[in-house]
Amino acid sequence: MNTSPGQSADDQFYREYILDHYKNPRNYGRLEHPDISHEEDNPLCGDVVGMDFRIKDGVIDEIRFHGRGCAISQASASLLTERLRGLPLDDAKKINKDDVLGELGIEISPARIKCALLPLKVLKVGAYGLAGEDEE
Amino acid sequence: MYDVQALRRDFPIFDNGLAYLDSANTSQRPRQVTGAMMEYFEKFNSNIHRAAYHIAEEATDRYEGSREKIRAFINAASTKEIIYTRGTTEAINLVAYSWGRANVKPGDLIVLTILDHHSNIVPWQILASANGATIEYVDIDDRGELRQDQFRALLEKQPKLVSFSHVSNALGTINPVTEMVAAAKAAGATVLVDGAQGAPHQRVDVRALGCDFYAFSGHKMLGPTGAGILYGRRQLLESMDPFLAGGDMIKTVRIEGTTYHDLPWKFEAGTQAIAEVIGLGAAVDYLDGVGMDNVLAHEHEITEYAYEALSDIDGLTLFGPPPSRRAGVVSFALDGIHPHDLATIADRDQVCLRAGHHCAMPLMTRLGVPATARASFYVYTLKEEVDRLVGSIKEAQRIFK
Repeated sequence: MNTSPGQSADDQFYREYILDHYKNPRNYGRLEHPDISHEEDNPLCGDVVGMDFRIKDGVIDEIRFHGRGCAISQASASLLTERLRGLPLDDAKKINKDDVLGELGIEISPARIKCALLPLKVLKVGAYGLAGEDEE
Repeated sequence: MYDVQALRRDFPIFDNGLAYLDSANTSQRPRQVTGAMMEYFEKFNSNIHRAAYHIAEEATDRYEGSREKIRAFINAASTKEIIYTRGTTEAINLVAYSWGRANVKPGDLIVLTILDHHSNIVPWQILASANGATIEYVDIDDRGELRQDQFRALLEKQPKLVSFSHVSNALGTINPVTEMVAAAKAAGATVLVDGAQGAPHQRVDVRALGCDFYAFSGHKMLGPTGAGILYGRRQLLESMDPFLAGGDMIKTVRIEGTTYHDLPWKFEAGTQAIAEVIGLGAAVDYLDGVGMDNVLAHEHEITEYAYEALSDIDGLTLFGPPPSRRAGVVSFALDGIHPHDLATIADRDQVCLRAGHHCAMPLMTRLGVPATARASFYVYTLKEEVDRLVGSIKEAQRIFK
């Protein structure tokens, strides 16, 4: 990690936009009568992320996420929902691990990669039934 | 007391300013331990109990010598009662398999506690489901201490087995083991004490304790990973079938059948972790040199200091009992900051902190938290390291303000 003790203002890891998404998550909550609803957890750290989708004409018309956990898992979920809203399902299917990590824009250590990718797992397993695919 | 700064010079890992606050997870090892292991590798590396040449005799002597050291360390009656395992988990599995399958019957009750580590829950769940037994768990009160009234009530149902931890790894609660063992024995139960967080930190006398089994790990008491101990009462161990089969645990094998080796080797199948066992013997020597009363007193001082320091921080919730009834473990949560984020920030300050469920998910559920941050201390911990933890917590609060 390119960080050192005593850093000021914009922390290299806990960047302002990460903290902003953590404290003010976008698209947070539940949808009534979602077309798809799925939740995943990471029992090791107790992170939970769930997503509700409403699909219209092959496009993600509405999306909400809920959950609890570390700043990385929750910010990653918030960022992902922003990207998914209004996206055709076919395009959403192409989102991969590198896209998610790129969006976060910080260097993720091996210990934290599971946190960062938990929302992607929710998307894949929930919306596409790609169960069993390990995102590590 | 002893000179902590002098003692720390035996631990090369501290040379570069590491504040290691995760000893309940695994401890660090002094040069005396790694040295004893290296001596084996470099001077008398060979297999035990079977070769006629002199280095194998030396290896066997050291391996069995460790057993005597450990026997004395916990005041067992005989080295026949000291079984080497890979650690506490394997020791408990050994009892659940060898004793449990033969003795636990349909309808029997097993009593555990909500404080227990997964390793003292899951082997019994497997046994209960295989043999048709039921499990009940003793709850905790608001201070994280076992509800003794509930424990006594469960004993009235005459459980077949009672198993609980000496000290909670997640909260540091020191359970009143002597009283609990006596009550469980009086109720006719077989009693196992999970001593993974007990034996490394205080003097244990298994005969005074009166339990049937006591399990602990070498790697939490300055020894290497891969070597742990099951103490069992001789009469019980004699009555039990082996756990794993093959190699050292055999006396004679014929096509018609096999006779097993005597205690303690009956439970030591296959080639053993010889270097690790020798290392564990050196760790016991080291702890004897420090004195277990000093170990306990030092940890108590650090724990009290940490408890006070953390109590002063706004937005910090401490879990578990007051320092007087807690071992060197402090578990806590910060408002608005997940334990993993704190651990990441602490790591940058070279402060090693555990974040997670501590292999005690039923307890986390009971506390209503997904995870906690945990600092744990040992013989080498300094107050300055606790100060550095406080610094990391304040840094996390600044970032997440």
